[in-house]
Amino acid sequence: MQIFTQLVFSGIALGMIYAVIAFGYQLTFATSDTLNFGQGDALMLGALVGLTLVGLGVNYWLMIPLVCVFGALQGAVVERIGVRPAIKMKSEFGWIMSTIALGIIFKNVAENVWGRDDLKFPSPLPESPLKFLGANVLPMEILVVFGALAMMLAVEVFNRKSIYGKAVVATFNDRDAAKLMGINTGLVITFSYALSSMTAAFAGVLIAPLTLTGSTMGAVLGLKAFAVAIIGGLTSGMGIVVGGLILGIAETTTGFYLSTGYKDVPGLVLLLIVLALKPAGLFGKSAIKKV
Amino acid sequence: MNPQVRIRTRLTLGAIALAASSFSTGFALAADPIKIGVIGPFTGGSSSMGVSMRDGVRMATDEINKAGGVLGRQLLLVERDDEAKNERGVQIAQELISKEKVTAAVGYINTGVALASQRFFQEAKIPVMNNVATGSLVTHQFDDQPENYIFRNAAHDSIQAPMIVEEAITRRGFKKVAILADSTNYGQLGRSDLEKALELKGIKAVAVEKFNIKDVDMTPQLLKAKEAGAEAVLTYGIGPELAQIANGMTKLGWKVPMVGSWTLSMANFIDNAGPGGEGARMPQTFVQEPTTPKRQSFIVSYLKTFNPKNSRIDSPVSAAQGYDSVYLLAAAIKQAGATDGPKIKAALEDLKTPVEGVVTTYTKPFTAKDHEAITANIPVFGEVKGQRVVYAYSDDQKKASEVRLKDANAKGALAVKK
Repeated sequence: MQIFTQLVFSGIALGMIYAVIAFGYQLTFATSDTLNFGQGDALMLGALVGLTLVGLGVNYWLMIPLVCVFGALQGAVVERIGVRPAIKMKSEFGWIMSTIALGIIFKNVAENVWGRDDLKFPSPLPESPLKFLGANVLPMEILVVFGALAMMLAVEVFNRKSIYGKAVVATFNDRDAAKLMGINTGLVITFSYALSSMTAAFAGVLIAPLTLTGSTMGAVLGLKAFAVAIIGGLTSGMGIVVGGLILGIAETTTGFYLSTGYKDVPGLVLLLIVLALKPAGLFGKSAIKKV
Repeated sequence: MNPQVRIRTRLTLGAIALAASSFSTGFALAADPIKIGVIGPFTGGSSSMGVSMRDGVRMATDEINKAGGVLGRQLLLVERDDEAKNERGVQIAQELISKEKVTAAVGYINTGVALASQRFFQEAKIPVMNNVATGSLVTHQFDDQPENYIFRNAAHDSIQAPMIVEEAITRRGFKKVAILADSTNYGQLGRSDLEKALELKGIKAVAVEKFNIKDVDMTPQLLKAKEAGAEAVLTYGIGPELAQIANGMTKLGWKVPMVGSWTLSMANFIDNAGPGGEGARMPQTFVQEPTTPKRQSFIVSYLKTFNPKNSRIDSPVSAAQGYDSVYLLAAAIKQAGATDGPKIKAALEDLKTPVEGVVTTYTKPFTAKDHEAITANIPVFGEVKGQRVVYAYSDDQKKASEVRLKDANAKGALAVKK
């Protein structure tokens, strides 16, 4: 039992790492039907900028807002350069290539600025584990779980309660109609990208003390997060959290009970099943596309 | 432009081109540099080995060039980053052979990349000096062919695995051990060598677990090892993931000794594992300690030229072996008096003059049958202490000034089966 609790705890921590990245995919999808495939790289940039600030002597907690501002700017740049031209041309796939390309450019820039090695991110909390229900948990893992939940909650409330949120819904439902109603849809989409990269940058500094920090940290995490977004549903913030937990716990428990060689398999099998049976994701609203 | 002028211009251009080409060939005959390919991962998780190796290679090349080069010609390095990817390695091998026309190549950090790429050099009859990759198969890949162009001056896994087992089982008396290895060629070939070495002691690992590059959570692997009652963890992986293992142990509050392949000396393991990495032990061909005049001058000039953080070479073993590999090649080219692959290979297999290197003094390091310069008696055990690698046993340190020479009959290596 104790082992199972330990596995579940580690799975939750891991799952929340995935979820917090996947959340960013959902934000841009909600406005423009597009995704930032450079999400993993936005996370990496956030973590590395944070590391530099901490190295300059900025306190970890003070550094977070600065990194968020950086992330928002970076997201806006991605939208302006990579996504807007594609949307303007009504190109179905242009944004896929351009966000991937920008992601690769960011990675190469990071390699040149911060070097190629994985770096240690100093932990703001003590690194000795706490006992909880007979299992060991790192204080940092608790911070990741609650930090991620708090961030997602804040963004959700903002989206639901503020006028911006209404503009988002309108933009998603019918971009042209929204435009005619006086909503600056271009700005809404730019803003959603800024918000999405901001969450990624925040996720970066949040998880960096647990994972290692380096120019290549985004690749695998971004991909797993994408699987989480598909499983949970790209239109549901709630689904993202559940999807993340499912994938995280599936990885740790399979690793222990089956074989560590197969630990990535169940999550991906689940992905295939979801795609076959419920393509909009477990919690996604299936959209009927009228042609 | 009228047609006549156009023809004239064309003729002039042609003449210039001709003149330029004859000039360049004329120049080439005088002092065409000898091109040496340098291949390794200079980015990514194995880059601390790749970059240290490259720096060692650069240093040796500079020294040789300052002393007048080889056969009156300068050495010219053609460096390529293989990113630790097999397919990049293949592309680079083809480029170095057909476009750059290198005389020889040094490098390869990752066993998988070496195995995928070196067959092009073998076909082109160009010698390769593996200075870091340790997979047992690396020098035996072409055993079925009459000529083998693959050499190595690194401690191969058939030496390292028994050393690790000897350390854990015999010296420190652990009965139950777990093996944690990554899913690359390196990790899995190392795992099977570890299992064979354990079998010779009549022991079976209580848990054999796998992890992927870039995995951020090692809980399931470590829990399995813990539940099986392992008293030590034997590792085969590279720095960042090894650090995650150490961090995972800290998290689970389960601390057993880590004994593993030489990669436990990588800077990105030591830095990322922090206090959790202290006490990890690994076989080393070179420890950054000035125990002989040659080693002292190597360390001093490395620190002066590249100025690494905290005066610690990122991967001292890679730097030393990279440095030695160039001297071995240079000696062979000098003895061959030519730059054709077959002649250099023949010279390497029968080096007349000893080469004084950092790791050891190479006296007849290779024969036609034996392409391994390092034998089981050469490596010592290193231990992470105070964020550096030091000698694990004070006896080794006391005797370090006696250079350990190659002994082909040294015991403790697994027989390599093809």
